[in-house]
Amino acid sequence: MLVHLINGISLGSIYAIIALGYTMVYGIAKMLNFAHGDVIMIGGYVAFFAMSEGAGLPAPLALLLAIIVCTILGITIERLAYKPLRSATSLAVLITAIGMSYFLQNSALLLWGANPKAFPDMFKNAEAIEFFGAKISPVALVAIFANIVIMVILTLFTTRTKVGKAMRAVSEDKGAATLMGINVNFTISLTFAIGSGLAAVAGVLLCSAYPTLMPTTGSLPGIKAFTAAVFGGIGSIPGAMIGGILLGVIEILARAYISSELADAIVFGVLIVVLIFRPTGLLGKQIHEKV
Amino acid sequence: MKTVLKCENLHVYYGSIHAIKGVSFEVGEGEIVTLIGANGAGKSTTLNTVGGLLKPREGSIEFEGKSILGVAPHKVVSEGMALCPEGRRVFAQLSVKENLEMGAYTRPASEIPETLEMVYEHFPRLKERQGQMAGTLSGGEQQMLAMGRALMSKPRLMMLDEPSMGLAPILVDQIFEIIEALNKAGTTILLVEQNAQMALSIADRAYVLETGRIVNSGTGKDLLNDDSVKKAYLGG
Repeated sequence: MLVHLINGISLGSIYAIIALGYTMVYGIAKMLNFAHGDVIMIGGYVAFFAMSEGAGLPAPLALLLAIIVCTILGITIERLAYKPLRSATSLAVLITAIGMSYFLQNSALLLWGANPKAFPDMFKNAEAIEFFGAKISPVALVAIFANIVIMVILTLFTTRTKVGKAMRAVSEDKGAATLMGINVNFTISLTFAIGSGLAAVAGVLLCSAYPTLMPTTGSLPGIKAFTAAVFGGIGSIPGAMIGGILLGVIEILARAYISSELADAIVFGVLIVVLIFRPTGLLGKQIHEKV
Repeated sequence: MKTVLKCENLHVYYGSIHAIKGVSFEVGEGEIVTLIGANGAGKSTTLNTVGGLLKPREGSIEFEGKSILGVAPHKVVSEGMALCPEGRRVFAQLSVKENLEMGAYTRPASEIPETLEMVYEHFPRLKERQGQMAGTLSGGEQQMLAMGRALMSKPRLMMLDEPSMGLAPILVDQIFEIIEALNKAGTTILLVEQNAQMALSIADRAYVLETGRIVNSGTGKDLLNDDSVKKAYLGG
């Protein structure tokens, strides 16, 4: 039981890191960036090639490279595909995001082929850790630890720094934020940069935990992380964390005790039930405007 | 008197709707100038255009002798003017103090504590509530916060859009007293109001807007006694 719980929290931590990208971008730009899952896949490939025999970079450098590439990719996607649609209908933006998702997947297919690549074991020198008799893999621990660190940093960033507070202001009211002298376009770019950098971290963790890398690797985790973001309350940073972890735990427990075929159905079933009773998610915003 | 703001022949469109049709007006240093008019006359549109949120298709806007038409919207505030928008638009999920800090976004951090004290002097209630989320404030308090937030940029020209909207009469009196106090302390005021009676009674000069055009102007006192203004905006 304990080992399933910890594995669930670990998988959930990866979902949470991905969900942060969805939720922050939604909070600021009010759009669902369905290409987010594919940025994860790109991050995985970058790290894979950086660690492959030709380049032979050590794992931390490969991770850093993946973060840099994904950050630039995220900013570029926003500039080229989403910014021109800033005043378009949300449906147009949504369709563009889906198109961007296919564009990234097919670019990967063209560049790197459909054959799955075996992601190298980044923790081959580390041994599984015993925890009250449960064997926990190093990548599981790293995922949980990374999630905690990211949450703490993001919370401090959005509550203590000027730019972070401005980000919250922009997410509430772009017009009023502009009147304060906040550069809304810069803030949106920054949000995409952070979200995509986190996607790279999630991509490397995901590929380390489930070492098959192919152009569709990011799709299902992306959809699940999106579910986690909605589950926790889209737009809410702690919501993404709680939603991600709950989703991971439910998935692993369902897989272990009910049926591995039905696990995904159970995950999405729980989402539907939660949304029936709390349409804005667990921590969704429900403040009413006063006159 | 030095002219602080000079707008000439402004034409503003919402898509194909011609909302402002050739509006010209001036605000002199130290004045309280008000734009009055019915709903939909174009008062807020005019103010949002000056504040940089809307771009005029034609016309010029000069602030202290310098054109601000090409200035990016988020840089208008650094020029020395602040707009306190209609409906207050405080950041509901930010604390009162954080809202005020956002008002001083373009200013160096070292100057903020001093300005914060100045704002708290005008609005002692905000100091009592500085840690509270802005969304939990009453309407009057939110109006004070919106004004305090605009003041944080230390503007030489402060534009207020419908500060009395939705407030109880006693609060309206209080808000107008504060506007006068701010003006006495040296801030030039451009005020947009549906409450024409109150606005005209504190204004040095006023313009009457009707369907996107200025149809009348004069001193506040003159317009208070003007028959057509009385009939249209002052209830007889």
